[in-house]
Amino acid sequence: MNIPHYSYDFFKLKAKIHVVSAVSFITLGVNSMTDNVNKSRRNLLIGTSAVGAIGAGFAAVPFIKSWLPSERAKAAGSPVKTDISKIEPGQMINVLWRGQPVFIVNRTDKQMSVLDSLEDKLKDPDDETSIQPDYIDDKYRAKRENLLVVIGICTHLGCSPKYYPDLVAQSFDSEWQGGFYCPCHNSRFDISGRVYKGSPASRNLDIPPYTFLDDNIIEIGTDGGTA
Amino acid sequence: MMKKIILTMACLVFASMVSAAGGAYIGEPANTNIKSQSSLQRGAKTYMNYCLACHSMEYQRYNRVAKDLGLTEDEMMSSLVLTDAKFVDKMTNTMTKEQGVQWFGKAPPDLTVIAKARGVDWLYNFLINFYVDPSRPSGWNNLTFPNASMPHVLWELQGIREAKFETHTDEAGEDHKEFVGFETIEEGQLSEQEYKDLVRDLVNFLDYSSEPAQLIRMSYAPWVLLFVALFTFLAYLLKVNYFRDVH
Amino acid sequence: MGKIASSRTKNSSGIMDWFNHRLPVTQFYKDHLSEYYAPKNFNFWYFFGSLALLVLVNQILTGIWLTMHYKPDAAQAFGMVEYIMRDVPWGWLIRYLHTTGASAFFIVIYLHMFRGLLYGSYKKPRELIWVFGMIIYLALMAEAFMGYVLPWGNMSYWGAKVITQLFAAVPWVGDALVEWVRGDYLISDATLNRFFALHVIALPLVIVVLVVLHIAALHTVGSNNPEGIDIKKHKDENGVPKDGIPFHPYYTVKDIFGVGMFLLIFLFIVFVKPDMGGLFLEHDNYVPADPSSTPDHIKPVWYFTPFYAMLRAVPDMQLGALIMALAIVVLFFLPWLDRSPVKSIRYRRWPYKLMLSLFAISFVVLGWLGMQSGSVLQKMTAQILTGFYFFYFVWLFFYSRNETYHEVPERIEK
Repeated sequence: MNIPHYSYDFFKLKAKIHVVSAVSFITLGVNSMTDNVNKSRRNLLIGTSAVGAIGAGFAAVPFIKSWLPSERAKAAGSPVKTDISKIEPGQMINVLWRGQPVFIVNRTDKQMSVLDSLEDKLKDPDDETSIQPDYIDDKYRAKRENLLVVIGICTHLGCSPKYYPDLVAQSFDSEWQGGFYCPCHNSRFDISGRVYKGSPASRNLDIPPYTFLDDNIIEIGTDGGTA
Repeated sequence: MMKKIILTMACLVFASMVSAAGGAYIGEPANTNIKSQSSLQRGAKTYMNYCLACHSMEYQRYNRVAKDLGLTEDEMMSSLVLTDAKFVDKMTNTMTKEQGVQWFGKAPPDLTVIAKARGVDWLYNFLINFYVDPSRPSGWNNLTFPNASMPHVLWELQGIREAKFETHTDEAGEDHKEFVGFETIEEGQLSEQEYKDLVRDLVNFLDYSSEPAQLIRMSYAPWVLLFVALFTFLAYLLKVNYFRDVH
Repeated sequence: MGKIASSRTKNSSGIMDWFNHRLPVTQFYKDHLSEYYAPKNFNFWYFFGSLALLVLVNQILTGIWLTMHYKPDAAQAFGMVEYIMRDVPWGWLIRYLHTTGASAFFIVIYLHMFRGLLYGSYKKPRELIWVFGMIIYLALMAEAFMGYVLPWGNMSYWGAKVITQLFAAVPWVGDALVEWVRGDYLISDATLNRFFALHVIALPLVIVVLVVLHIAALHTVGSNNPEGIDIKKHKDENGVPKDGIPFHPYYTVKDIFGVGMFLLIFLFIVFVKPDMGGLFLEHDNYVPADPSSTPDHIKPVWYFTPFYAMLRAVPDMQLGALIMALAIVVLFFLPWLDRSPVKSIRYRRWPYKLMLSLFAISFVVLGWLGMQSGSVLQKMTAQILTGFYFFYFVWLFFYSRNETYHEVPERIEK
């Protein structure tokens, strides 16, 4: 070829690489190359791959974290205040906190009187596996003895149990001592939300953090310590 | 021949670029500093006191503002939240669109992202360039945004000013009004410099709230780029190594 | 240049054999990577193909994530974007990767296309690759336009209005067509919903299929190169082109370097200047869609502005729309308009170099003009440049017939 074409080639921006030695083609780390080149290539491969893998790890973080509850969800899940002065003895009200039902029961003395006698029939009378704040005791599971505050979600598969307050025989339990019954898979809980033996649920009902702001107002979702 | 064409094209392009100037009156730049938390705090305070009643920030939450501006929940709730809103709430107000139209002829826009739409310089100049104009329904006019429907909310701070115009007639016989300066009618509570600083802080806050993520984004930028630079450098060495095979 | 280490396959375990009997995995790997021989002289212009693929993956991934947080509802859409920017953890980064990715896609594609013009990559036997590429470009424009409508800002709204109004230029059925496209008498919730569906699934599917075809066609005939020399003419005893090197590892390693360079620029924009001063994310789109108020200065995003400038340069709506459409259609025919036997610009003489330079410059200037408000002088410039745009193809058709050129060597030197 007689024309030194790259001398006028104004589009060709990349400098030509001058190759020092002629070596045969190989793929990753195969013979016929001097050991030095081989070694530096392997080191570079490892280095580049490592940095690339770390980079990919970093890049994955935003995508994974974006699935966490958003600020909107957190705002919707912020603490809920409720007036408890209007709950008659034996009655229950249902409050939504983080989109879940929270049961607040004003328990009667009669309902509470059976709690001690049930212990043999319960899976976990001492709340070993329960999810509840530290300031909740084993038996009443409440800050104020009579007032049960419990998340109304069955710990089996997430249905909302029904409240059966009276100590009378029920179709699902001839010796019913008052408490909660889940219609989905027949889990039974006592009036402190502790699960009976023979129920598919294995954990007592969860108890949310809550605070008494004054005698009548309860705030669900904040830890105010003992009232 | 070809050179002539290129030359003509170049001239046309250049001439058309020159003629593209014009637009709103921007007398001076805002010179805001997004990194100054104290400036943002002062701006937030001005916003809550003077702006929020009419201009909501319906995409921004109080707790986010507190976090980004270095305020505790108590500080935020006691000194900046003047409504009965909760800490996690968005910065809305009670004025309805209908009321806005009735009172100002046009509903005051939400200002969450106004700094993205208008730019900080425009906002700054808009807020320092009000003057009295009895011909306007609100009694106020604006040099940067002529015939704006918004009255001068901060007039007690800036004072009352009149704008002086001179009228020129050009060769075609058309009149052009040219702004020559302001004349103070009534002094405000703040000096000119104090007022400008107050507006600067306010505009800074608007700039922040148009994109709270810019604070995070800019703090990450150098590290991300350094990391990619390292990767690219290694990749370059690897590529050079491999291409030693090619002859 | 010997045969590469296909001996490695001997190491392949029983698992690979199991697969290979059911799906030719190893063969596929060989055909498209380890034994796909590309010319050894690729320069930086050849980064843009793989970069386009990278940006496509970025758009699909970030796009999927954005749909997780967005609702195509006219009453909520604008707020959903701000929700993503503020309330969703890291939502701002995912959105900026997507918006910057949109512009990056066009930058990369325009450079990729210009590479084709420089080295004659559209010429026989690669006409079909070029045509597939052009269809991808068209689909990408539709994809970008519909994506631009989703934030439901005022520019989204009026942009959608103006673009859909273009269908009115179709003879006889124009007005009915506009209504059909919009699904309403104006741009509305119905329009937003269908644009969302097209943007997140229909067009991405089309684009992915087209990309597969584009690459399949490329790997059938082999890559062109800056010299425009056919490397398949000179093969060694094993049938390997003497001037070819296996794509993997050589060009995978080189392209990874290209990816690094690209990411440096791309992430700089994402982290430091994501709206590019209003070029990538327009100021007026931070005002919610308002059917009663047109933005003062309505213009499409930068990647459409060359064609927008042509549309505005013509003082007749139907003719303007026709000119705009023709400006794209004419590109499809480039492989047959350029009749020169020489591919690369390196061996073509000065008239071609000059004209191609002018063509590129006028395209860029038209793009700039399309962003301006349009003074009389600007309009005149746009008219001249539009004329030149079309003149280039006419000129090329006649010039290339009896073009004189430098002698093309048989082999790639060095």
